[in-house]
Amino acid sequence: MKGLLKTAISLWLSSLAACSDVALNNPYVHNEDQGKVIYSSFSERPKHLDPAKAYSSNEYGIIAQVYESLFQYQYLKKPYQLEPLLASSMPTVSYFDAHGVQLSGQPSASNVAYSEYVLTIKDNIQFQPHPSFNVGLHKRLPDEWDGDSLYTLPLSSRVLTVDDFIYQIKRLADPQTQSPIAGLMSNYIVGFKEFSKTQVALIDNKPQLDKVQRLQSTSMLGVKKINSTQFSIRIKGKYPQFINWLAMPFFSPMPWEADAFYSNPVLISKNITLDWFPVGTGPYFLAENNPNRRMVLSKNPNFHVEYYPSEASEQLATKGLLKDAGKRLPLTDKVIFSLEKESIPYWNKFLQGYYDASGISSDSFDQAVSFSPRGEVGLTNSMLERGIGLQTAVTTTSFYLGFNMLDEVVGGYSKKTKKLRHAISIAVDYEEYISIFQNGRGVAAQGIIPPEIFGHIEGEQGINTRVYRWQNGPQRRSIDEAKKHLVDAGYANGIDPATGESLVLYFDTMDSGPDSKARLNWLRKQLDKLNIELVVRATDYNRFQQKMRSGNAQLYMWGWNADYPDPENFMFLLYGKNSKALHGGENASNYKNPRFDALFERMSSMENTPERQKIINKMVGIVREDAPWLWGFHPKAFSLYHAWYTNANPNLMANNSTKYINIDPALRRAYQAKWNKPVYWPLLLIGLVLLLLLLPAYRIYRRIENAKAL
Amino acid sequence: MINYILRRLLYVLPVLLGVNILTFVLFFVVNSPDDMARMQLGDKHVSQAAVNNWKQQRGYDLPLIWNQQENGMQAIKKTIFFEKSVGLFVFDLGISDNGRDIVADISQRMWPSLAIAIPSLIFGVLANITFALLLIFYRGSYLEFGGLFVCITLMSISGLFYIIAGQFLIGKLLALTPISGYAPGIEAFKFIILPVVIGVVSGLGSGARWYRTLFLEEAAKDYVRTAKAKGLSELQLLFKHVLKNAMVPILTGIVVILPLLFMGSLITESFFGIPGLGSYTIDAISSQDFAIVRSMVFLGSFLYIIGLLLTDISYTLVDPRVRLN
Repeated sequence: MKGLLKTAISLWLSSLAACSDVALNNPYVHNEDQGKVIYSSFSERPKHLDPAKAYSSNEYGIIAQVYESLFQYQYLKKPYQLEPLLASSMPTVSYFDAHGVQLSGQPSASNVAYSEYVLTIKDNIQFQPHPSFNVGLHKRLPDEWDGDSLYTLPLSSRVLTVDDFIYQIKRLADPQTQSPIAGLMSNYIVGFKEFSKTQVALIDNKPQLDKVQRLQSTSMLGVKKINSTQFSIRIKGKYPQFINWLAMPFFSPMPWEADAFYSNPVLISKNITLDWFPVGTGPYFLAENNPNRRMVLSKNPNFHVEYYPSEASEQLATKGLLKDAGKRLPLTDKVIFSLEKESIPYWNKFLQGYYDASGISSDSFDQAVSFSPRGEVGLTNSMLERGIGLQTAVTTTSFYLGFNMLDEVVGGYSKKTKKLRHAISIAVDYEEYISIFQNGRGVAAQGIIPPEIFGHIEGEQGINTRVYRWQNGPQRRSIDEAKKHLVDAGYANGIDPATGESLVLYFDTMDSGPDSKARLNWLRKQLDKLNIELVVRATDYNRFQQKMRSGNAQLYMWGWNADYPDPENFMFLLYGKNSKALHGGENASNYKNPRFDALFERMSSMENTPERQKIINKMVGIVREDAPWLWGFHPKAFSLYHAWYTNANPNLMANNSTKYINIDPALRRAYQAKWNKPVYWPLLLIGLVLLLLLLPAYRIYRRIENAKAL
Repeated sequence: MINYILRRLLYVLPVLLGVNILTFVLFFVVNSPDDMARMQLGDKHVSQAAVNNWKQQRGYDLPLIWNQQENGMQAIKKTIFFEKSVGLFVFDLGISDNGRDIVADISQRMWPSLAIAIPSLIFGVLANITFALLLIFYRGSYLEFGGLFVCITLMSISGLFYIIAGQFLIGKLLALTPISGYAPGIEAFKFIILPVVIGVVSGLGSGARWYRTLFLEEAAKDYVRTAKAKGLSELQLLFKHVLKNAMVPILTGIVVILPLLFMGSLITESFFGIPGLGSYTIDAISSQDFAIVRSMVFLGSFLYIIGLLLTDISYTLVDPRVRLN
């Protein structure tokens, strides 16, 4: 121990003394930056890395680079468009009526009982090298294996087959997997629900079967292998968005060997499970996984041939996004994700060049971003001097303030309650909210569909005329107009006739920390404009969720992040059959309008056609009139990146974008050396001050020692 | 002494049982098994069937403390409390609600916590004692006044400020150490310098003043005056006699926290990116992972009791007059 300490101290001191230009503050270990390395971070450890379970953006940041789906979103194309990834072509979809007769053309949803997707996969796709493909290791691991890394075990691989896709669908249905989309998929995939029930019975009645045997012993009615490269999935009704689900990691192929290998109790006792150590075909494999410290993705030597796209809009081409066109992917060798829980150290390390890209927290916003006199967003001089670039993109997310439509005061569909909601919609000034609490990073929503999703309309045609008027842009209607609505609602000057006092509304929230105080006060002030008193009922997460489930909230704030770029994924948040209180769905406002529901049922099964746009316009009109939500805002993501980090493109649907990123390591090293020169003189100064202090200390010491007793 | 130790160890059982009951009650007053399931399964598309399935697989579908469906002992045994608690007493901490082996997690995360906590404790105690003794030595002089002023200043500053200022000054402006991060083995050295320095400096004010109080009390005793009258130098007096006789209260403070060192520090580990145990319990509380919460509270209580026992034993080593009966 002593020797170890001595060596460490001498190492650090020798580097301190001898190499004045060595970056002593480099947070990475020696020789880690060989080749092209991306340095990134994560703030909390992902819950799951099993594609059947993972459903969060931080989890997708890792697994979407390791697992591949049948389809992917084209990296440089907007609006978002799917292209084959592990599939060799887009699927052929056939429709059948209730008698099993195939329907021709594009039949209407009401005639379709089943849709069948025939999927063809590419030839000769290899899985990453992994010990699970050595079947001999499933039962017994080598005695000499130290358990530190899976990749010190004998590695092997095999070719991807359609059985791997079918196996994964069975895993989704397996109750032991607990996939978050199992409930949803059981409504669509034929035989999914029955397969789950059979598995429950097998678990109870045949406990001797291991998981692989159990899943392989039964088949799922709607999922069939056609030949070695083709399989089909049969779903109930017509559901064009199903292909978007096929592009998500949930449907990534899973080799049965992985489940068999990771069921070894020795591995389980070391927390080495499929949920933490993925096995995929993607551009990278997870070479190191310590979710408490860092995760490292390394280039998959078996990755199939895929090239950087050669087509992009002129705007993207001028940004240099076609520089690497035609190059083989991935463009980097390694990605290191380090645990960084706090934003301040993260930001400082980004400025030192130890992270390649960064978001902007509120603390550092003024340091990074400046607004021109015309309101244009730009970088401050200190950022520009460092060669840092900025990218902004409106996210496919909505944060909204909802009314519980089951509530007696704010809910319901009478003219009076609509007027009350319209009045509040005008009074709550989301432009001000974005300016104060988002540093201007957001767009006030005009309706339910965010920008860049089919159905969203920009400009004058797209404004919510109940809340805005068009005067060189959307202008919020005056508070006087809101007060008129309030009179129509029966609350003249905000007075509740039942009590003779100000109308009291209740806002339920789980946001009760000190940071939220300003936000809640702001909200109170907004309603105060109408002389309405807002009472905040702050509670914890569990109680809040319980209130929402039981329909006991009055006003609440919520958000939704798109699963896929289709208006159905937002409109369903107001579909009556998805009512949270009545049916346990995602319609937290419990909104139910038969006209809207009928249109939703038509729209949801349509392709993106002008006719679909017309229906969407009608639906948007209905909900704007009913106003179950204050439409809130769509956040705008601001990303900073260093000069050596290229090809960054804010494609919010493409989770697997890491493979397109390129790095210039020489430029990074040059910048890091320039920004991180050690400064020693303050250490010498401190030493000098301590030495100077010794002088009076010695004098006093002499005085004490020579002092005479009384 | 053996009898005393055995008796104290037997006391551990009812204390741990009490702690376990308290943890259980407090946790389930705030969170129901349904809440836990929803937290683990996420916000989107969660059905009641999925919630029931989650509870069934993890044994949270049983009644909390009394099973009315069962008779006799089974009414107690077939409950969440019994099934989740009994393993703890043989240190079988089990699997977290997130599916990870808790013992494996703890054994992996305790080392980085120790890598920060042990040097911080050793250097901290040495610095505090030395500074306190110097304050005593120079008592009545402007050096003592200056030292106390430094102590009060150090005590008045928030712990978080030391971390942020230290990272900015030493890691960013002087570029002498990494701002945050960690690496195992010999590479850990460059990562632990900054948190240890900050830990020592931030604790110096309160620590030195506490030890100064102990030493002042000791320095006022008759034997010190006698030693001084015999002609012992001030330095001999302080380091040989006062320090030795003040060891009992010093040990009380140190030995009791020794076993808890591996539990880590939440803020330090969070800001320095240390993969230790500091945030393990807090993360578990926020993710409603009862398996981890009960294990860590159990372990914390057990270690605290062991710490108290070690303190008692250490008394006999530094003060021969103390006997454990």
